[in-house]
Amino acid sequence: MIFAFGSANADQKKVGFIYIGPPGDHGWTYMHDVGRKYMESQLGDSITSTYIENVPENADAVRAIRKLADSGHDLIFTTSFNYMDQTHEVAKDFPDIKFEHATGYMQADNVATYSARFYEGRMIEGHIAGHMSKTGTIGYIASFPIPEVVRGINAFYLAAAKVNPDIKMKIIWVFTWYDPGKEADAANTLINQGADIIVQHTDTYAPCQAAQKAGVYAFGQASNQEEFCPDAHLTSIEDIWGPYYAARAKAVVDGTWSSGDTWDGMDKGMVVMSPYNTKLMPSSLIQEAVNMEVGIKDGTLHPFTGPIYNQAGELVVPEGEVAPDGMLLGMNFYVQGIDGEVPQ
Amino acid sequence: MSIELIIGILQIILIATTPLVFAGIGELVTEKSGVLNLGVEGMMLVGAVTAFVTLVITGSYFLAFFISIFSGVVMSGLFAILVLFLMSNQIATGLALTIFGIGLSSMLGKEYIGTPIDGLSPWFFVIFSFVIVFIISYFFYKTKAGLILRAVGESHNSAHALGYSVVKIRFLSILFGGSMCALAGSYISICYAPMWQEGMTAGRGWIALALVVFATWKPERVLIGAYIFGGVTILQMNLQALGLRFPGQFFSMAPYLATIVVLVLISSNKLRIKLSAPASLTIPFYKGR
Repeated sequence: MIFAFGSANADQKKVGFIYIGPPGDHGWTYMHDVGRKYMESQLGDSITSTYIENVPENADAVRAIRKLADSGHDLIFTTSFNYMDQTHEVAKDFPDIKFEHATGYMQADNVATYSARFYEGRMIEGHIAGHMSKTGTIGYIASFPIPEVVRGINAFYLAAAKVNPDIKMKIIWVFTWYDPGKEADAANTLINQGADIIVQHTDTYAPCQAAQKAGVYAFGQASNQEEFCPDAHLTSIEDIWGPYYAARAKAVVDGTWSSGDTWDGMDKGMVVMSPYNTKLMPSSLIQEAVNMEVGIKDGTLHPFTGPIYNQAGELVVPEGEVAPDGMLLGMNFYVQGIDGEVPQ
Repeated sequence: MSIELIIGILQIILIATTPLVFAGIGELVTEKSGVLNLGVEGMMLVGAVTAFVTLVITGSYFLAFFISIFSGVVMSGLFAILVLFLMSNQIATGLALTIFGIGLSSMLGKEYIGTPIDGLSPWFFVIFSFVIVFIISYFFYKTKAGLILRAVGESHNSAHALGYSVVKIRFLSILFGGSMCALAGSYISICYAPMWQEGMTAGRGWIALALVVFATWKPERVLIGAYIFGGVTILQMNLQALGLRFPGQFFSMAPYLATIVVLVLISSNKLRIKLSAPASLTIPFYKGR
């Protein structure tokens, strides 16, 4: 299904989006759609936008992207990692159309990439968890062993262990982004094994619901999920794409668009923490979290500040230095202190 | 390991496996009558969304399950009319039913994604899933009606010659299968993970279909197969959380692998009879031939 908004106008630029899920998922796609609407509100009549939802990450994506390109779109955002090859395939045939691929790493003259530094939010979650956990055991539901997910686990653990050096991480890899039943099973398994804080890197609010039912705490994912689990939800990391989408669309309108790679974090407002739960968290801890946000924004605080050791005890980031982006982008190892190993 | 931990693990296994038992036993009855309905996943999704929407609108759990089961009857009734009266190909029609169910459930649930509800305790349904398996087993092997149903699945011409209405029996078997699939779906959206999300059954319908073959069309074995699958899934999560390395991917694959093995075995005629595949499965019945 294609949904078109706004009225046609000769000078209007057309912006298209490819979504992996439905805009109502209250997670990843939902936040991209919020971004799209923000872009429309900022640019008014100078643009109009369209999206295609539920596009699988296979050859179907080529058809969907081509459909947008054929129907006169000037700028096309493809919002999932595995649209990479398909985006480039179509972009080659349409050199005058600008493409933007979310979370990818391959650029071309008319293909830019963009992503957000979600791991900055994981650091704040880890700090909160270090203070809030009574059992000293954190349950972490991981999706697929890709750098994005491993980076989040490490950032979380480093911050939590700074508060409580004895903290234990229990990690379950569920090998899916999306299976509410399985996500709930993983959460319940972790709670059963003594975790009193549930962290997730999957797409639905089933884990947060399970935590609420069991009377433990949880962090939401991608969007503010407090309404689904008000007595468990401490905060969420929100993905804020709107300003980026507005800026890129504006560049197309102005004719100043150029390809590039954007990886922004809290400083540019691309990663935002949901309101901290004042019912559950002491005000002093909320203040600490807010201070950390300030530190991350002004660059005085970095989740991967040395000394950082890997599980073999080798120094990977020396004291006083921060991990370079290259290491973060390819991160496939746990830091010292986390049990188990990253699945291959 | 403490007793509490083990009890906790067992509880999670029971809750996670129940939808597989419902959908599996429903499909088993349909297949025993000689009809293969590949629409399980689609009927589960429609069952899940109708239960959820009914609960949001009326606030009644009873109505939610009632309407959901009714939706399963309607969906499978549609399938039954196509394959029993219009003689459409069962495989193609079943696949179409799944695709239709995925689309229909997305459409019906569009406004309700992310609506918070209070989940219902799963324990009644967990117990009921065991009861229904034993009822079906009793029905098949201890009652005349069960014998007739099996006869229709084995040789519809013989059953017809004996004066039994093949079409009526198959129709009812298909409706039963549909209502159990819808029940599995509503259990997922109301008890297991209380929410509505598009495609939230996440492939459980296909696992249920595989279970019927794995169980070689025996009700108790559907139960055993479902619990092997559910148990392994939850156990590997526990081993992971304990920090042990475990090939989780392999065990997710296991039920499909077992199904392929059974399918290969039954491709030989002798084994087919031994493994009790209904002889008339997927063969359309033309009256008067």
